[in-house]
Amino acid sequence: MDTLNLLMEGFASALTPINLLFAFLGVLLGTAVGVLPGIGPAMAIALLLPATYGMQTDAALIMFAGIYYGGMYGGSTTSILLNTPGESATVITAIEGHKMAKAGRAAQALATAAIGSFIAGTIGTALLVAFAPIVADFAVSMGAPSYMAIMLLALITVTAVLGSSKIRGFASLGLGLAIGLVGMDPVSGQNRLVFGFAPLADGLDIVVVAVAIFAIGEALWIAAHLRRTPVKTIPVGTPWMGRQDWKRSWKPWLRGTAYGFPFGALPAGGAEVPTFLSYVTEKKLSKHPEEFGHGAIEGVAGPEAANNASAAGTLTPMLTLGLPTNATAAVMLAFLVQKGIQPGPFLFDNEPDLLWTMIASLFIGNALLLLINLPLAPMWAKLLKIPRPYLYSGILFFATLGAFAVNLQATDLVLLLVIGALGFAMRRFGLPVLPLILGVIIGPRAEKQLRQTLQLSSGEVSGLFGEPLAVAIYVIIALVLLFPLILKLVRRLRGGSAPALVAPATGPLDGPGTLDAAAESDTAQEQDPDRAAHTVPQPAPQDEHRRKDQP
Amino acid sequence: MSQVATPAKKRVELLFAAFLFLIGVLVLVDASQIHVTYSQADPVGPKTVPYLVAGLLMASAIALGVTVLRGNLAEGDEGEDVDLGQPTDWKTLLPLVGVFVLNIVLINWAGWVISGTLLFFGSVLALGGRRYVLTFLISLLLAVGSFYGFYLGLGIKLPAGILQGVL
Repeated sequence: MDTLNLLMEGFASALTPINLLFAFLGVLLGTAVGVLPGIGPAMAIALLLPATYGMQTDAALIMFAGIYYGGMYGGSTTSILLNTPGESATVITAIEGHKMAKAGRAAQALATAAIGSFIAGTIGTALLVAFAPIVADFAVSMGAPSYMAIMLLALITVTAVLGSSKIRGFASLGLGLAIGLVGMDPVSGQNRLVFGFAPLADGLDIVVVAVAIFAIGEALWIAAHLRRTPVKTIPVGTPWMGRQDWKRSWKPWLRGTAYGFPFGALPAGGAEVPTFLSYVTEKKLSKHPEEFGHGAIEGVAGPEAANNASAAGTLTPMLTLGLPTNATAAVMLAFLVQKGIQPGPFLFDNEPDLLWTMIASLFIGNALLLLINLPLAPMWAKLLKIPRPYLYSGILFFATLGAFAVNLQATDLVLLLVIGALGFAMRRFGLPVLPLILGVIIGPRAEKQLRQTLQLSSGEVSGLFGEPLAVAIYVIIALVLLFPLILKLVRRLRGGSAPALVAPATGPLDGPGTLDAAAESDTAQEQDPDRAAHTVPQPAPQDEHRRKDQP
Repeated sequence: MSQVATPAKKRVELLFAAFLFLIGVLVLVDASQIHVTYSQADPVGPKTVPYLVAGLLMASAIALGVTVLRGNLAEGDEGEDVDLGQPTDWKTLLPLVGVFVLNIVLINWAGWVISGTLLFFGSVLALGGRRYVLTFLISLLLAVGSFYGFYLGLGIKLPAGILQGVL
């Protein structure tokens, strides 16, 4: 019951007028940026980082939590009314949601999204309350080798699992790690990647990097490809639901929540997989499967709940292990670093008041969001009509202002432009942004743990495997990296042998989806013994990566 | 988003892979020039991780080059206001960067109120805004407002520049 007491204390401090005000401000801003095209919660928090220097840490964190949750609500409004989801998490919502809106059921789609988000958010936060202390207790017992392994796990899963191209993910991670290296090495006092340029010796300010990548890079990218013909939005009244809608929504809400939380909590779980799984499940279980593709309410209720529950799940590793698994959590962690709070397994132990206040504010923010989203939806929808030149100029203006205000040095603006250009190039060449940001934040910490570990083992590499947990995590890392390969192998073995058995009799029985297997079967048919030799050299390039990350 | 792998598109992406490789080389060379004596307290030293990062960058740059040559080209980032159907619009982008650089040059000498006004005003024009008077008023309001907002609200003194004493 200790947890409950701590939570109550958290509520007591979150309910003070000033913190309540910041929670309100956060959800308002969050909904606004969620609705606004081209700006998401990660960018919004990055832009606000400089403004929080003079603020209390708890008030700022409460506001950020509100922005995080609010962004999820606002994002669904955009995808339902516009059919152009800004975030990957709301892609699935758009499928049925926009169809509903077109069929004149926008009000019901928005309602089931908002109420589902509220329920999923509340349950998700309750699960966070239940799990966070357990994980935190466990985390405190971890030594440097395990912590180092877990950080590697986070870096590698985010890089290798998310995004469409692994190679581009690792390239992005490399860039982030390189940015993290810039400055004076705290252990040896040596300058790294400074090139005799004094402002670089203190390292690159994480705020400048975050603003550059999220705001400048994004704004320039959009500016270069700005849609000149505005997208048509569907007008909407106040959201409401009939009896039938409630009946069809409540189960998908709960099932979506059950998918969302665990996936959010996994490193690299994200919101895409659970929203997709929820959609597929609802389609299968629905009594109205014929409505899917034409605006089925279950197809909005389930994924939206999954989306919000995963947002709560994401906070579990972030708060207990200091591992952010999405962009918004990464920027929030950057904020904590900026405030001199060390993220890591001791975060919960060191800052219980702060974290419980934030968790309590999540419950409050969720309730506030329901209040401001249901009756005010038509007003939020108007934000979609903001003239784009002003919107993107505003982002550039405030990004510049914020990055400059950190140190009041024009050189920071030069860095902002250079790293912003990098952010632009990354979007152009398909490099995901998240591995870079994680590399910048986690890289220096992983290096510190590595050096600490080897110091304790007096240089013996075996020290890295000194804890059973560390060994287990390295096994998981190996599996994550090798999984696609194993999958390919299995598919090839299965696909290769099946046609080999059947093909002689039936001729071209190449099923759809086994195209590579079919192509391969030609050579594999009569030369079974050769196949083993065929596949052996395959793992080499993938292995290379792992060896480089694991000294 | 299926793209046709034209030689020009390939060349640009190969250039980017080369850029990544160059960064890797940069990290490598920089690390090799660090002089440290081995110490018992820090067996890893400041060079190990940079070497690993350099290796990661160079390896992924080479891998990227190979996939591009095989015809696996990048997909640009999508978004609500992004229309990937049209090529990069340099006529918008270059003026934007120009205005940004102008702000860097002017911010300390002319002060934030002037440079910030120009930044917003110029950006709106670059992005296609045509209501000059209204835009100028909004720009001025934003710059002056943020100047006083930061000063009074956060205690941060943005440079006043040549308007020192007026503001």
